[in-house]
Amino acid sequence: MSKEKVVLLDCWVSPFCMRVKIALLEKGVEYENREEDLFGGKSELLLKSNPVYGKVPVLLHNAKAICESTIIVGYVDETWPSPPLLPPCAYGKAQARFWADFIDKKVFEAGTGIWRSKGEEQEVAKNEFIGSLKELEMALGEKAFFGGDSFGFVDIILIGAASWFYAYEKFGEFKIEDHCRRLSAWLKRCMKRESVAKVLPEPEKVYEFVIQLRKMHGIE
Amino acid sequence: MAEDKVQLLGYWGSPFALRVKWALKLKGIQYEYLEEDLPNKSPMLLELNPVLKKVPVLVHNGKPLAESLVIIEYIDETWTHNPLMPKDPYDRAKARFWAKFADEKCVPATMSSFTKSGEEKEKAEKEARENFKTLESALEGKPFFGGEGIGFLDIAIGWLGIWARLVEEIAEVTLIADDYMPVLSKWFKDFLELPTIKEALPPRDKLLVHNKGFREMLMGGST
Repeated sequence: MSKEKVVLLDCWVSPFCMRVKIALLEKGVEYENREEDLFGGKSELLLKSNPVYGKVPVLLHNAKAICESTIIVGYVDETWPSPPLLPPCAYGKAQARFWADFIDKKVFEAGTGIWRSKGEEQEVAKNEFIGSLKELEMALGEKAFFGGDSFGFVDIILIGAASWFYAYEKFGEFKIEDHCRRLSAWLKRCMKRESVAKVLPEPEKVYEFVIQLRKMHGIE
Repeated sequence: MAEDKVQLLGYWGSPFALRVKWALKLKGIQYEYLEEDLPNKSPMLLELNPVLKKVPVLVHNGKPLAESLVIIEYIDETWTHNPLMPKDPYDRAKARFWAKFADEKCVPATMSSFTKSGEEKEKAEKEARENFKTLESALEGKPFFGGEGIGFLDIAIGWLGIWARLVEEIAEVTLIADDYMPVLSKWFKDFLELPTIKEALPPRDKLLVHNKGFREMLMGGST
């Protein structure tokens, strides 16, 4: 069987790209990583592969383009079934998809609010962010990972987002572990995984990047 | 096999509850429908969907599920006859992509054209039209998004054929421009004429009154 061609259009600081890279590593899928220079100008391949949004990540599998990180992780799970990222039963899958959707909608919106605003607006965003983490912490319960004993779909969806948590903490002047002890423990647990340790950038580097982003957006 | 107990908490005017109803109907699943008296949310709803407190909620043998597209995939995976989702992972990814696009691009632009005025309204109207036009390309020359027959994507976005037309009438905008997107326009008509789909639709005149009131509320009493 000829080697499958898997290419990821990537950006080092994108939490969405991190999700896909972690999923591919967990599955042991060999792929070619192509870094996009999002400020220098998007490549023709990116614009051609994702004509609707023009955004990373894009997974190119045997020349088929799959877009939107949560959808890509689902695709990776279905295409390379071992080890499974989603629970085997339909109800477990539905729970995982619910929380992935929650993370995509609530965690990012509030987190973005923290770095993109100041004063009262920032306080509101901070409270919403902590609130969303508390909901996730309740869903985690006493389990090691969201799926149970194994690192899986929801863990991957959240850990990508978590790469920006240090930056949110710095801008919002708070510490997640003061509010969500169990989720903090989950974060440390995930960081020990080879795939996560390999993919997540140094928190300081992400923070520096967000400082630049803030300047670009004319904040402060 | 023990009898399945299926309940659906919904609201008559909710398009998200409607698309779950369509999935249940297409699978021939017997269920008990419980109407929520929104905005007075019942203790049952708050208990079953404590995180988002929204309808629809499907309860299957006592286990609650929330978020309509998640519910539809659950229904499809639990009752596997008359499959709604394609089998191939790439086709499944595409179906999910377009459902997300409709919810995250077509819907907000439609809502903005509904509630804003002046220049903001015009801009939103144009954006909504372009987003619907983009959706048209996903049909790829087939009669339905599911192919020869309807599938997941058809029931995920078909409701817009009713609601976008209501917005057009109430806010006096053009969103699904027949001449600009004839293929999508035809698909909306064909989909909504299917008996299983049509039977579940709430009465249009009731929806019109309800949404007119909703708009007045959102625009702060002025039209």
